[in-house]
Amino acid sequence: MNEMSAIEKTVLNDYKYGFVTNIEADEAPKGLTEDIVRFISSKKNEPEWMLEWRLKAYRHWLKMEEPKWANIKYPPINYQDIIYYSAPKQKIKPKSLDEIDPELRRTFEKLGISLDEQKRLTGVAVDAVIDSVSIGTTFKEQLAELGIIFCSMSEAIQEHPELIKKFLGTVVPITDNYFSALNAAVFSDGSFCYIPKGVRCPMELSTYFRINAENTGQFERTLIVAEEGSYVSYLEGCTAPMRDKNQLHAAVVELIAAENAEIKYSTVQNWYPGDKDGKGGIYNFVTKRGICQGNNSKISWTQVETGSAVTWKYPSVILKGDNSTGEFYSIAVTNHHQQADTGTKMMHIGKNTKSRIVSKGISAGVSNNSYRGLVHVNKKAENARNFSQCDSLLLGDKCGAHTFPYIEVKNNSAIVEHEATTSKIGEDQIFYCNQRGIDTETAVALIINGFAREVMNQLPMEFAVEAQKLLAVSLEGSVG
Amino acid sequence: MLSIQNLHAGIEEKKILKGINLEIKAGEVHAIMGPNGSGKSTLASVLAGRKEYEVLEGSVTLDGKNLLELSPEERAGEGLFLAFQYPIEIPGLTTTNFIKTAVNEVRKYRGEEPLDAVAFLKMMKEKMALMEIDQRLLSRSLNEGFSGGEKKRNEIFQMAMLQPKLAILDETDSGLDIDAIRIVANGVNKLRNKDNAVLVVTHYQRLLDYIVPDFVHVLYNGRIVKSGPKELALELEERGYDFIKNELKEAV
Ligand SMILES: Nc1ncnc2c1ncn2[C@@H]1O[C@H](COP(=O)(O)OP(=O)(O)O)[C@@H](O)[C@H]1O
Ligand SMILES: [Mg+2]
Repeated sequence: MNEMSAIEKTVLNDYKYGFVTNIEADEAPKGLTEDIVRFISSKKNEPEWMLEWRLKAYRHWLKMEEPKWANIKYPPINYQDIIYYSAPKQKIKPKSLDEIDPELRRTFEKLGISLDEQKRLTGVAVDAVIDSVSIGTTFKEQLAELGIIFCSMSEAIQEHPELIKKFLGTVVPITDNYFSALNAAVFSDGSFCYIPKGVRCPMELSTYFRINAENTGQFERTLIVAEEGSYVSYLEGCTAPMRDKNQLHAAVVELIAAENAEIKYSTVQNWYPGDKDGKGGIYNFVTKRGICQGNNSKISWTQVETGSAVTWKYPSVILKGDNSTGEFYSIAVTNHHQQADTGTKMMHIGKNTKSRIVSKGISAGVSNNSYRGLVHVNKKAENARNFSQCDSLLLGDKCGAHTFPYIEVKNNSAIVEHEATTSKIGEDQIFYCNQRGIDTETAVALIINGFAREVMNQLPMEFAVEAQKLLAVSLEGSVG
Repeated sequence: MLSIQNLHAGIEEKKILKGINLEIKAGEVHAIMGPNGSGKSTLASVLAGRKEYEVLEGSVTLDGKNLLELSPEERAGEGLFLAFQYPIEIPGLTTTNFIKTAVNEVRKYRGEEPLDAVAFLKMMKEKMALMEIDQRLLSRSLNEGFSGGEKKRNEIFQMAMLQPKLAILDETDSGLDIDAIRIVANGVNKLRNKDNAVLVVTHYQRLLDYIVPDFVHVLYNGRIVKSGPKELALELEERGYDFIKNELKEAV
């Protein structure tokens, strides 16, 4: 009868990206062994040092255990039941964007991503990755004129080995954690981006990840290096077909900002979340970390997380340079049976370092949404400042919101502030909107977008609109 | 325009309205007065379609349309507006964005094209001048941190933007000082015309000095026990609600 019981009513929402593309794939046999690691490396024609790096990671991974501390539950993953390499079979290796298989091209068109440079009016350069392989990067030449390198990781290993050797694994070492070690052993592609000294990247750089093949894990690796005084804004998007079996995604992203450099990294994560009964969906175990290496540098993470069955993700910043700034803006939405344990780590090492955390969790259905954040201030980090704001919004009363803020302060001059709120969408808010002619579905979208506004404002304009729609779609049917 | 017949309504087993009869014609202003707890807000909520309240008996029509079978948003589309006694806050949602959505949703209901940004802005400017409302207020989160007076003015501003057939003002004067009451009443008066009607719900007479009613009804214990011209409000003010209660006792 009353509004709250209506809020509990959940129906299956449409995941409009759930189609499968029929393309032949070149796959490794199931399972993970040293031979598979060698197979991947040789498929990619990698130099010996790269293979050694992978093998070292693999051997280390064998000795590790899957972490269990996050507030998420999922059945044990059988790592021998996963295919670690799957590449869309292209008749010829495309030398230019024109040579890309039309079927692949159509896949990306369906996702609203055009690989034709002329068609992209927004001025966004895109690297498109399907299953494990980058199939094309737009606007390469224009960027190259400025000395910017934006290409797939495989290409970077071939063309810029000195940069890869210098930076890969320096922020997230292969031994860092279970999933990052796994990624280092088997990663098959991802994006590499290098902004030389003093260059302001004139367009958004973007990578679009798509899982297509069945039973396949996707392990991409992204590395962004911003040299002294440079600036780059980078966006990552992702989708997957609807499958009733879970698929594993374990990416690693490393960011390096030199003196006076700034990196803005935005993610709109929309992996398939599973159906309303919790069947299928992506397990998203991601390690993202940036280092403010130089003085006055800045790294800002913005994420809109609406997809995945299970999310385990803590984009972090190591504030090494004096006066450096780290930011984390997050919206995490969970509906139906989704589970998210996400947050950030801010490691204050340099003097006068600042960090800001704004986390907005929205839970509906029987989902569980946890914020987990660590603010660490080193002994020598004079005058460190942190402000954290963690807000949770509940739709219905079968879902959960949890906040785990950890604070470790080893220097007395630090000022660390933490604020947290939990609220529900009130029936009076809905009625107020209804009375003005606004139906319940639209009212909920307005209330949610209001709740998330501070984070939405951080997104590049073109994506903010997209992200707002995504929020509404993920919660469709969870109210009313 | 509005016709209420033998309306009974309650909440969770509790009967609150016990047979309301009321006719309001276009161009009229009616006032409903009554002591606290007599059912004034309940009547306003039932008319607006709040789901918690259950209609047990009776009928309500607006220009011949059966209101009781419409959802709250459809009633708004039909031209019913309620200025809330306690306006609701929605953090992060700008007042402008809220009003724009409301205006366009109501237009959609009526089969009209949505207003584009330019047309909407023009209308906002016009009504802002009419209602003497500060632009800064409209760019803030809806009702968040607004003073009591600002909230009530915002309600009347929304009324100006939505141009309802029937506006119900629930204790729009409560918590306001005399200057604020004058501003709000002024706004309402500017919006009056021969095609719309206003139902003023109030505990005190003072608002009626500024919004002069054609009829005054006294609501007591869920029933309209007395109706009369505007002088009835003054009489109530002078003699208090007790005189009504006494009259009722004598009648029994
Ligand atoms: N949501 C509710 N739940 C229970 N009782 C209510 C509710 N709303 C109103 N009432 C009761 O109904 C009666 C009338 O209330 P109300 O309509 O608010 O009166 P008024 O606006 O005239 O002061 C009061 O006794 C009040 O306690
Ligand atoms: Mg009342």
